[in-house]
Amino acid sequence: MQSPDAPLLEIRGLEVTFAAARGRLEAIRGVDLEARSGETLGLVGESGCGKSVTMLAVMGLLPPSVQIRGSIRFRGMELAGRPQKELAKLRGASIGMIFQDPMTALNPVLTIGAQIAEAIRIHDATVSARVAAGRAVDMLKLVTIPYPERRALQYPHELSGGMRQRAMIAMAMANEPELLIADEPTTALDVTVQAQIIELLRRLQATHRMGLVLISHDLGIVAGSADRVAIMYAGRIVERGAVEDIFDRPRHPYTRGLLASLPKIDGQATRLTAIEGSPPSLTARPSGCAFHPRCRHAVELCAAQEPALRDIAGIDVACHRAELVADSVAAPSATAELPSRPNATA
Amino acid sequence: MYRYIIRRLIAMPLLLLGIVSIAFLLTHFTKGDPLISIIGERQMDNPIVVAAARARWGLDRSLPEQYLIYIGNLLTGDFGTSLRTKQGVGVDLLQRLPATLELVVAAMLVGSLVGVTLGVVAAHYRDRAADHFARLFALFGSSVPVFWSGLILLFVFWYTLGILPGPGRLDTRTMAPPDVTGFYTLDSLMAGNLSVFAESVAHLILPACVLGWAVMGIISRQVRASMLDVLNQDYILAARAKGASEPRVLVNHALRNALIPTLTIVGFSFAYLITGAVLSEAIFRWPGMGSYAVDAARNLDYPAIMGVTIVGGTAFLLTNLVTDIAYAFVDPRIRFR
Amino acid sequence: MAETASPRPTFVRPRWATAPVTAGAFLVLFWVGVALTVQWWPIDNPVAFVGTRLAPPSVTHWLGTDALGRDVVSRTLHGAQYSLPVALAVIVSAVAIGATLGAISGFLGGLADSAVMRLVDITLSFPAIMLAMAVTASLGPGLWHAAIAMIIVSWPNYARLMRAQVLAVKEREHVEAAVAAGASAPRTLIAHILPLCWSPILVNATMDFGQVVLLVASLSFIGLGASPPTPEWGQMISEGAQKFYQWWIAFGPGMAILSVALGFNFLGDGLRDILDPRTQ
Repeated sequence: MQSPDAPLLEIRGLEVTFAAARGRLEAIRGVDLEARSGETLGLVGESGCGKSVTMLAVMGLLPPSVQIRGSIRFRGMELAGRPQKELAKLRGASIGMIFQDPMTALNPVLTIGAQIAEAIRIHDATVSARVAAGRAVDMLKLVTIPYPERRALQYPHELSGGMRQRAMIAMAMANEPELLIADEPTTALDVTVQAQIIELLRRLQATHRMGLVLISHDLGIVAGSADRVAIMYAGRIVERGAVEDIFDRPRHPYTRGLLASLPKIDGQATRLTAIEGSPPSLTARPSGCAFHPRCRHAVELCAAQEPALRDIAGIDVACHRAELVADSVAAPSATAELPSRPNATA
Repeated sequence: MYRYIIRRLIAMPLLLLGIVSIAFLLTHFTKGDPLISIIGERQMDNPIVVAAARARWGLDRSLPEQYLIYIGNLLTGDFGTSLRTKQGVGVDLLQRLPATLELVVAAMLVGSLVGVTLGVVAAHYRDRAADHFARLFALFGSSVPVFWSGLILLFVFWYTLGILPGPGRLDTRTMAPPDVTGFYTLDSLMAGNLSVFAESVAHLILPACVLGWAVMGIISRQVRASMLDVLNQDYILAARAKGASEPRVLVNHALRNALIPTLTIVGFSFAYLITGAVLSEAIFRWPGMGSYAVDAARNLDYPAIMGVTIVGGTAFLLTNLVTDIAYAFVDPRIRFR
Repeated sequence: MAETASPRPTFVRPRWATAPVTAGAFLVLFWVGVALTVQWWPIDNPVAFVGTRLAPPSVTHWLGTDALGRDVVSRTLHGAQYSLPVALAVIVSAVAIGATLGAISGFLGGLADSAVMRLVDITLSFPAIMLAMAVTASLGPGLWHAAIAMIIVSWPNYARLMRAQVLAVKEREHVEAAVAAGASAPRTLIAHILPLCWSPILVNATMDFGQVVLLVASLSFIGLGASPPTPEWGQMISEGAQKFYQWWIAFGPGMAILSVALGFNFLGDGLRDILDPRTQ
């Protein structure tokens, strides 16, 4: 499957700063990302690393008091700094977004059908209520909700968690967006339902040739469905590349730590290796490389200078010691335990 | 939902009984002798009146029997005879009801419309000038004595500026429209008399605004709080992510949810309106139950006072019940359960 | 003068001391001060004839005189000596009665709880002024009878508040621990539960103060509270209503009531902000 030459979404040098009572909080400190049509970009990191903020910045959904610097290009068009009115035209039409908890992300006092129909009518005022309602039912069919006509008349609290998430996907897909951003779409769901939702997203991506950005802290999910992945830590990208490359031979100590801390179902039962320490708070970032206090391989350089992303054998890594890390004993079980990736669809 | 409504309905008669019982107790402890509360001190020497009262209210019987007679009389609409008007209190109240109802409805409209708007504005412009102004305005409304603001505003807008009419439901020489509902506004419309309609509306403006100002405070406070709560929810973000414009987000999504808890406040604010009516009808020479209550109080017309109290309490109970039922209908999480 | 090496400490305004709260505190302090000291102020006697009747505001009488030639400003200021102490008595009593009943009710549960809550519900079924009117009429008009009526009308709210707090705190671990360690029921209630229950009551009481002052004035306005020649604010407004064109007669007492109510409302708001962030 060929990706077109120009990326669908191009983020360059994104910096996001919050003005808070305690001072200025730099949530995002220089992020470069690309998402392409027909391709899934996984965005991985612990809570607070800034992955959601990055995508909210793309959508223009951050509060007006937040400062955004850098470039966000969608289909070559610069989004950063655009007035809300213009961004609103793109939101829900060309770029869709689904959220983590469908119970709180759906309006409790409107029916499912009404909310999907609203998405349609916002972007096309000529559509009559009845036609929009019909299309809403079609969308529910698309996301394989049984008895869609009946469900369309129900309220969010009457649906199960999995169905709610499907409904939210239907709402985001209503205008056939070119780019879909899924912010932790499976985190609030049962494990069995998670697989169904991921499968649904992949199917939709294939049939609609969408670009998909999949945000998750769950490496398993990302490994099974992304083409490319970017790992974020403390507001920056620390590793970026094709999913097989990264999961095969991770070069950033943080990525290695993440992979090592995945519980393994087959193989020997060993202790879970956690990464020591915890992610830095926004107000107390370590100097130099933000990860160095927790890193086994850290040297003085790591505390002094923040590493930039550099290309090592096809993967972008932000680490002064990347070569050393790569050559150290790779965790062999990391690749063996990954769910096998089905072939990418054409 | 029906279970919820039935539960509320069952509680009603008990509360009504409670109201009536309190009124009964009060009449019995008026200056020691219940007779005083029925015929007044002046008539205590008149043996015929005393005997008649004794018979009607069973005063020579045991307390529980008197209680039952009291309730029985109430059920037949016998609230006693007003010491001042010499009519049945029930009759008096019925006569006066429409005027107060018209005023309270108008005040409720003004209060809720302005209150909700202020609340939305305050929430949207949180911590900025508009928010502070809205909150200050509302706070003044709940801190100012209604009988005083009525006076001052009458003085300013009627006497000094002359842009609003004076006290009374109509100008002194105007005839009231033929009585259908007792609401001058509706009755004049039904009779096709537009000039009287305009006049009755003009006379309603000041009292309705003065009364409404008091409830604007609690309503806008609730709307602001609910809106702020709601605006933090994920579905607001999701609505924006759909491309919804800010007005649409505020009204279709935020307000729709924020109004649900506000409904309870609206019902509760009815109490403020009753209070306001009692205190301000006298100022505006409004011939409703409020000024009746004030006259009764000033003249120590005990039967009238008790009658008004029972009616006021019952009205309050009923509005709360209606509000609770409406709440059950409006919130789909309760409706479909 | 000794040379000081240490710099003067900079005054850091606490977060809760916003403009409204400061204004509220100022208003409250002002009126409390007036209520406590006005008898020694060099102003006109509030009940004596001091000038022409119904004189408009002038340099000698800032708010003019009323129908009996009494200085309005002086009467307004002296009114504080009636409204404020009465309101204080009402609130303290209502809180005492309500909090006690509410605490017992929440702590014991069962029949006692139901009985108290029924009483609360019934009392709250009346709009406050109507019940207050009825009670005052039964007792006979007078400022202190009105106070009793208002206590009857106000206690249910505090009972409900206290009960809710007690119910919430009752389930906490330190209470279980105390009970397991052998604390008796009264001791558990008093030493372990109650100390955590006060802040909403305090906040409510402060804000209620203004409402009680309003209610006292209202009852006096309709003739059931203070009677002439007492310079009580509601009573004065009633007189002012009869002299519509002499606006200054009602202006003074009305502004007094307004400023007292505002002051306590602001203060209560601020109190809520101070007490809230601390976890109970």
